[in-house]
Amino acid sequence: MRLEPIKNPSLARNLLPPALALGATVVIASLLAMAAGANPFSVFGLILRGAFGSQFALLETLNRATPLIFTGLAAAVAFRAKFWNIGAEAQLYAGALLTVMLGTGVLPWPSIALLPTLVVFSILAGAFVLLIPALLKTRFGVDEVVTTLLFNFIFLLFISMLLEGPLKDPMGMGWPKSARLIDEARLPRLVDGLRLHWGFALAILSAFVIWIIQTRSTLGYEMRAVGLNKQAAAFAGIPVNLVLVKTALLSGGLAALAGFSEVAGVKASLTLDLSPGFGYTGIIVAMLALLHPLGVVVAALFVAGIFVGADSMSRAAGVPTYLADIMLAAALLLMVLAIMLTRFRVVRD
Amino acid sequence: MADAPVEALSLNAITKRFGELTANDAVGFSVDKGEVVALLGENGAGKTTLMNILFGQYTADSGTVAVFGKTLPPGNSRAALDAGVGMVHQHFSLAENLTVQENITLGVRSLFSLRSGRATARAKIIDLSKKFHLVVSPDARVASLTVGERQRVEILKALYRDVRILILDEPTAVLTPQETDDLFATLRLAIESGLSIIFISHKLHEVMAIADRVVVLRHGKMIGGARTQDTDKHALAAMMMGTEATAPQVEPINPGPALLELQDVTTPNIGTAPGLKSVSLALRAGQIIGLAGVSGNGQAAMADVVGGLRSPSSGYVALNGTRIQKWNPRTAVQSGIARIPEDRHKTGTISDFDLTENAILERYKTAAFSTSGWLNWRKSRAFAQSIIDKYDVRCPGADTPIRLLSGGNMQKLILGRVLEADPQIILANQPVRGLDIGAVNYVHGQLLAARDRGAAVLLISEDLDEVMALSDVIHVIAGGRLSPAFGRAEMTPAQLGTWMAGQGFDEVVTHAS
Repeated sequence: MRLEPIKNPSLARNLLPPALALGATVVIASLLAMAAGANPFSVFGLILRGAFGSQFALLETLNRATPLIFTGLAAAVAFRAKFWNIGAEAQLYAGALLTVMLGTGVLPWPSIALLPTLVVFSILAGAFVLLIPALLKTRFGVDEVVTTLLFNFIFLLFISMLLEGPLKDPMGMGWPKSARLIDEARLPRLVDGLRLHWGFALAILSAFVIWIIQTRSTLGYEMRAVGLNKQAAAFAGIPVNLVLVKTALLSGGLAALAGFSEVAGVKASLTLDLSPGFGYTGIIVAMLALLHPLGVVVAALFVAGIFVGADSMSRAAGVPTYLADIMLAAALLLMVLAIMLTRFRVVRD
Repeated sequence: MADAPVEALSLNAITKRFGELTANDAVGFSVDKGEVVALLGENGAGKTTLMNILFGQYTADSGTVAVFGKTLPPGNSRAALDAGVGMVHQHFSLAENLTVQENITLGVRSLFSLRSGRATARAKIIDLSKKFHLVVSPDARVASLTVGERQRVEILKALYRDVRILILDEPTAVLTPQETDDLFATLRLAIESGLSIIFISHKLHEVMAIADRVVVLRHGKMIGGARTQDTDKHALAAMMMGTEATAPQVEPINPGPALLELQDVTTPNIGTAPGLKSVSLALRAGQIIGLAGVSGNGQAAMADVVGGLRSPSSGYVALNGTRIQKWNPRTAVQSGIARIPEDRHKTGTISDFDLTENAILERYKTAAFSTSGWLNWRKSRAFAQSIIDKYDVRCPGADTPIRLLSGGNMQKLILGRVLEADPQIILANQPVRGLDIGAVNYVHGQLLAARDRGAAVLLISEDLDEVMALSDVIHVIAGGRLSPAFGRAEMTPAQLGTWMAGQGFDEVVTHAS
């Protein structure tokens, strides 16, 4: 057996494999639900209702989707230029770190001045964290998959050190936890009385901005060219290394906004469990979205929906929430296979 | 030799087409037992296709392959291996983390046998390496071996499988002269023990040294064959490059001032290919300079320097009389250099970009296509459409991914992209390789038209016919050194062949080795 590229795939070729991938994901999850002793139909019903069935559920899903949109965009932007940023987790914490450093009273400014400042400094912090692997790659050819991945652990330990030391909240009863943000540093709710903060709006806006950058700007054009064919890009005069560094800065900044938005919008302080792997889940989101910035929004809602829905399903049906992790893993693997099948056909020798 | 020769391998009238391109056109030759046949030809001459057919990787459109009189079933690699055909590829297929012995026995040993037979295998390997002077330790890890040693492992691997016909694809490309001598000693021992060898190469002196017979391929056709004792390097070079007297298609005109000058330019080697060695060259307005030579003799370095991809490590480049300080692809384009790259699929275009995106690839940052960082797609599309119309690019539209276009149409888009900028200097590196005859004539016509309106053209080609038909002046490049200029009246294929074989430089430059 071997793979043969399809030169000009038909519409059915483009749509059928992803649809089959989603179908197969549902089948796998059903089998597991049955193994756990539950009726798969009611399990999926409960997941759907738990994720989108009420105003509360829907807002919870949107809140959960917000950091995933940021980290998904971070991965999508970087992967488009074939810069494999696996370190969104570290960049997220960098954003969160700057938010608590500047937002706990150091800058006694009104919201209108403080929040934009926090946004800018979070972005700079995330960009800086990814700048190091980017320079190691462009200067010395060090594989960024390794450096960005390992940076996650280094940075998390660094945060842990800060939370046990200089950043430790004196009123925190000994917990490794930062002081709380001042009220001016909190992201207000989008609509009064509803649990949805402005971070979600910022995420949607970012997706549109990235989309426009990718399709209309020379930087977006350069990033796509470098991602598709470095050799031809360099021959044509595109400064490949500079483009990779710019891509890294953009990607790191986006991931850092997830940290900013979680601290300023939800948690109000920094702890080591700020992110339950948003940085890694962002990679799944970006892959499911086929790296399209607007697709990232849809994919983030889908992934957040599964997580939120699985929580309430678990309470009602007694099926462990791990089902959500398995569904996502299966969806990702099958989607990668499906993408391959849209571009190649399997030929038997 | 008193015995009548036994025919080990025969290829009969093999034809293989890929779309419009005929890669092999009724190619047929045979190899006797104990004979070395060299398969000689430039890149793209059809050598690799022919070997892939022999190995059953491709199915020929017509023609047959027979080993010791038995016809092989087409498209069956297993049958070729079982018949005793072995090949050492240019790029080795060894598992780096395994030992030499493990690599050699890989795929031969039964997976389900509990007894590994390691001792027997080891004895056989040591025996073979002694018999054929292939010095390499069976226990060494392949990762720790030099390139020359890895090649020995590849040859041992073939011998271990009791091959009767051994094919070596450019075996000396990666070797030092010493290693090459060792290899040849091994090959002579192999012939004595009755093996037949096909030696693929474009290095003439090696072919003369090792082969009994030479078969020359050009543009997929078998141009001729000769016994090495009846021929010489010059005749082979001429045969390989093509010597059909083509009348010059152009009237000579008086060249203008030098637009681009290289002065004593030296560049580092690129892999095994030499860099430039103190090369001086002036490209003049209204003149086509042809650069002839066997591939891998410094053409790539020359193209890189003129195209802005490489700065000289010593010497300098001057543009309109001014020495250049900053030299990169973008400054080269801005200086009015049109660059037609050697590989249009990998370097010239981005396959998944559409025609519009490819058309603006070199100049997307100029005011014509963008303002302060934002692209003007309307203007870009109009530009692509104008190229499509003016240069007759056959395609469904400007938004078609360029990978769907044929080589000729791809090349027309590249031509349009660079010529529409009204360039003063044109670098054409193998501009017609792999194109059908219609596209070839079109590309040549465009180059001549550019010359007639006063552009300076540097034509790099391995096809002597092409160089001789188009050039006002020819230089030969060999080993990174540039021959003196030959005017239109002075050049004969025989003379150029001598220079291409690396001779003639000695009178000008002291002999290096």
